[in-house]
Amino acid sequence: MPPLTRWFVKLSLVYFVAALAGGVWQAAGGPLWLTPITIHLLVVGWVTGMIFGVAYWMFPKFSSEQPRGASGLAVASFVLLNLGLLLRVAAEPLAVGWLLVTSAVLQWLGAVAFVVNTWPRVKGR
Amino acid sequence: MPTVSIWFIRAALAYLLAGFSLGALLLAGKGIALPAGLWRWLPVHFELLLVGWLVQLVMGVAYWIFPRFGLTPAARGREGLAWLAFALLNGGVCLASVGVLGNQPVFAVVGRSAEVLAAATMALNVWARTRASGISPM
Repeated sequence: MPPLTRWFVKLSLVYFVAALAGGVWQAAGGPLWLTPITIHLLVVGWVTGMIFGVAYWMFPKFSSEQPRGASGLAVASFVLLNLGLLLRVAAEPLAVGWLLVTSAVLQWLGAVAFVVNTWPRVKGR
Repeated sequence: MPTVSIWFIRAALAYLLAGFSLGALLLAGKGIALPAGLWRWLPVHFELLLVGWLVQLVMGVAYWIFPRFGLTPAARGREGLAWLAFALLNGGVCLASVGVLGNQPVFAVVGRSAEVLAAATMALNVWARTRASGISPM
């Protein structure tokens, strides 16, 4: 398992626990801003992060020189997705507009980087 | 990776981009003034990412990676069924999205029904491949 996959998977496990803990807080009458954070910790942090990491590891090789594609793009997808998500966690309760916009842009760029790097690896061999 | 899985996974990646683009707009709309009608797209955001991206990715990878029946052309079960599932799922996502966005319940019901049929078709194909041993994926 490559180091980047280990980072993706371990962080996704942290999000998994945090998301379910957020669910407990919600059930105990947590604030309204908690709902989108809990949902996105689960579907972006846990599920999408896990998929990004495992796909980087398991998908067919891009080439013998670059088996997992452009490593810079893969690292960028990790940094951008997680920075964007963490920024949202901080910005949502504070309702700081420019932080939310920045978070949106970072997460979107993270997804773009993942798709650009993964697309050519979706092939027969 | 078989051709039908390539289509499933590439379609899933396309939905990931579309769903994240929509999600980024919705999130940015909390911070800056964007058209109020944007929030009508929230159910489409869910549809694209939950069914178009996640469900479709799982279906494509399952067809690729589950144990096979040897090295015959039918090693992954009936390929026609997998293509049918692909068509039903993608037709379903599009119809359901149009239905919820345009407030057309008939479209939404037909789209969701197509998604159910896609799930059943995929289950038929993968059921027999859910077993202890097989040949590793190519």
